[in-house]
Amino acid sequence: MNIIEVQHVSKEYANHKALDDVSINIPKGCIFGLLGPNGAGKTSLIRIINQITGPDSGQILFDGQPLNQKHISRIGYLPEERGLYKKMKVGEQLLYLAQLKGLSQKEAMEKLKIWFVKFDIKTWWDKTVSDLSKGMQQKVQFVSTVMHEPDLIILDEPFSGFDPINANLIRDEILELKQKGSTIIFSTHRMETVEELCDNIALIHKAKKVLDGPKRQIKEEFKTNTFFVEYRGQLVVNTDLYSLEPSKELDEGYKRTSIHLPAGITPNQLLGDLVNQVEIRSFGENIPTMSDIFMRAVNEVPEG
Amino acid sequence: MRNIFLVIRREYMVRVKKKSFLIMTILGPLLFAAFYAAVIWISIGSVELKTVQVVDESSMFKDKFKDSESLKFSYLSSPIDSAKKGFQKSGANALVYIPKNVIKEPKSVRIYAAKNVSMELKSGIEDVIEKQIEEIKLSEAGITHKILEDSRVNVKSETISLSEEGEKTSSSGAATVIGGICAFLIYMSVFIYGTQVMRGITEEKTNRIVEVIISSVKPYQLMMGKIIGVALVGLTQFVLWIFLTASLSSVATKVMGDKLSKEAKAVTEMQQGVQNNSVPGGNVQNPVAEVMGAISSLNIPLIVSCFLFYYLGGYLLYSALFGAVGAAVDNDADTQQFMLPITLPIIFSFIFAQFVLRDPDGSLAFWTSIIPFTSPIIMMVRIPFGVPAWELALSMVLLVLGFMGTIWFAARIYRVGILMYGKKVTYKELAKWIFYK
Repeated sequence: MNIIEVQHVSKEYANHKALDDVSINIPKGCIFGLLGPNGAGKTSLIRIINQITGPDSGQILFDGQPLNQKHISRIGYLPEERGLYKKMKVGEQLLYLAQLKGLSQKEAMEKLKIWFVKFDIKTWWDKTVSDLSKGMQQKVQFVSTVMHEPDLIILDEPFSGFDPINANLIRDEILELKQKGSTIIFSTHRMETVEELCDNIALIHKAKKVLDGPKRQIKEEFKTNTFFVEYRGQLVVNTDLYSLEPSKELDEGYKRTSIHLPAGITPNQLLGDLVNQVEIRSFGENIPTMSDIFMRAVNEVPEG
Repeated sequence: MRNIFLVIRREYMVRVKKKSFLIMTILGPLLFAAFYAAVIWISIGSVELKTVQVVDESSMFKDKFKDSESLKFSYLSSPIDSAKKGFQKSGANALVYIPKNVIKEPKSVRIYAAKNVSMELKSGIEDVIEKQIEEIKLSEAGITHKILEDSRVNVKSETISLSEEGEKTSSSGAATVIGGICAFLIYMSVFIYGTQVMRGITEEKTNRIVEVIISSVKPYQLMMGKIIGVALVGLTQFVLWIFLTASLSSVATKVMGDKLSKEAKAVTEMQQGVQNNSVPGGNVQNPVAEVMGAISSLNIPLIVSCFLFYYLGGYLLYSALFGAVGAAVDNDADTQQFMLPITLPIIFSFIFAQFVLRDPDGSLAFWTSIIPFTSPIIMMVRIPFGVPAWELALSMVLLVLGFMGTIWFAARIYRVGILMYGKKVTYKELAKWIFYK
């Protein structure tokens, strides 16, 4: 079951194409990484999902229905450029934003109390936003994004501006929200976040979707069948079985090298050959990092 | 609908709770009252008793100068030279010298004073002397006192406006004052509250909160909420001002009242002293009563309801445009280039208003009170003078169409502009935004 289905969406601005026939499915209950270089069209897509702008063509289904006004209260959005009313008090501001998302004043009050206790920010209620530090404002804004318990939470670079302690706090909250059944869309450049948290990803580059699917599956696709080995001794390459990259000297006479296996040769055959030649300290498969995948996918797209 | 209401409430509450609103609300009427008091104070500034010495060589003016609350005349028998010498010591404010041959040489009258004498005193004394000489000359020509009295006819005209409802006493003086005040209030409020809308929108844009808000509220709702919220702030301020001004000025009138009535009496006495031969009563009226009478001759309910209509219409028309400017730029400093075409018609209508006050039925008055960009100010100038119903209806319909048009226009620019950052916007670009899908 998909919470969001983006179907052949195109969006054009005065001078450039922001989205070109993009189709993406976002399964319910996952953490979805929306990746792409700067200016690829991520923000345009997010704005269309938020109904801030409309697509030129194509459509978006929310929970199986075409996107409409009713869905607004089921989405929480944290834009990359954070902003609050500087001169309003924290409590008033959150109440206002919660009511705009469809909560009654009473409901909003109850939910806010829980969050203020959880984040230990009870003393902030009557403070003016401009009196808070930047990190504190980020926390307030995070609360404003999730307080109405939306089914879909869209976070644009959620960890920027947080110190490691608060970043952890937010990370735990995100995981907890996922546990409770919310779907989370991350738009981020930070590959370690994607590596750690995302279940599914899509990569947009130059207005086109170039990659999407479960992270595990994508990593599988991007594997190059290379293995690393750390060894001591003299390694003579068996060209029938594998090719060898230049080795690197490690401590205590150990060396490290990457070995590429052609199709049809199993790691066991490789190990069999290696064991006879050298003393092995460690061995494993080179699994591509998200960063590698990102670089490769982006670079493979022809220019223009 | 609920969202628009929430936005209106926030915009309203944020502004009304501001200290500056409170200060303006209290300071405004205080300024009005202070102004009002100052006018009264200045007008009665000369109320202290002044003594005037008279050296009358012609001996025709004995007892012709009447003492009043503010003036005390004393007659000196000494010659003018010694009177002049003693003037400094005597502490008198002025010394009037009437030479012997004053009838032949009326210009030889002299008024000596330590400081310059007021126009009022000068003309008062001149009047007395003129009247006396005139009377002497007339009686020399054989015209008796009786004929003279009969010949003094007092003509006082009343302006009557002819309309379908029949004759109606109108007062062009009161109409001018009321029309001018209404035009000024609308002029000020369009500027003050229009720029508030603009500032509010730019603030949301530079704060970057706008993206969060429009993920829950449609841009159009946010814009309208802001415009309506600020309009209500304006109405609140007006109502408070009217209420506070009324109560403060009544206090001011009470405080100044005693002085005012004294002065009125002094003036009346002086006039009566001067015009001791004129037709008694009639032309000496209580000026306050005259103003009140003139105001009540105007159609007050019509003026008030039209004022509210044109305040709202003019405000909506212009605040939408101000809002579009606020959405198109990144910060307050950049607003200047787009402000000019908006402020020009407002300033022009205020200038036109001065001409329309003089000629409320001319073709300039007609056209500027029909065109929506100038009608809020100009029509308010004309209404106290009376405007044909069809002109008023046409002007109102066009104003409604006008603000609907500017709001549509502003909404097109707004929805694109609020998400556009770091780009210097040109008019060409704005035109493109309007036709975006």
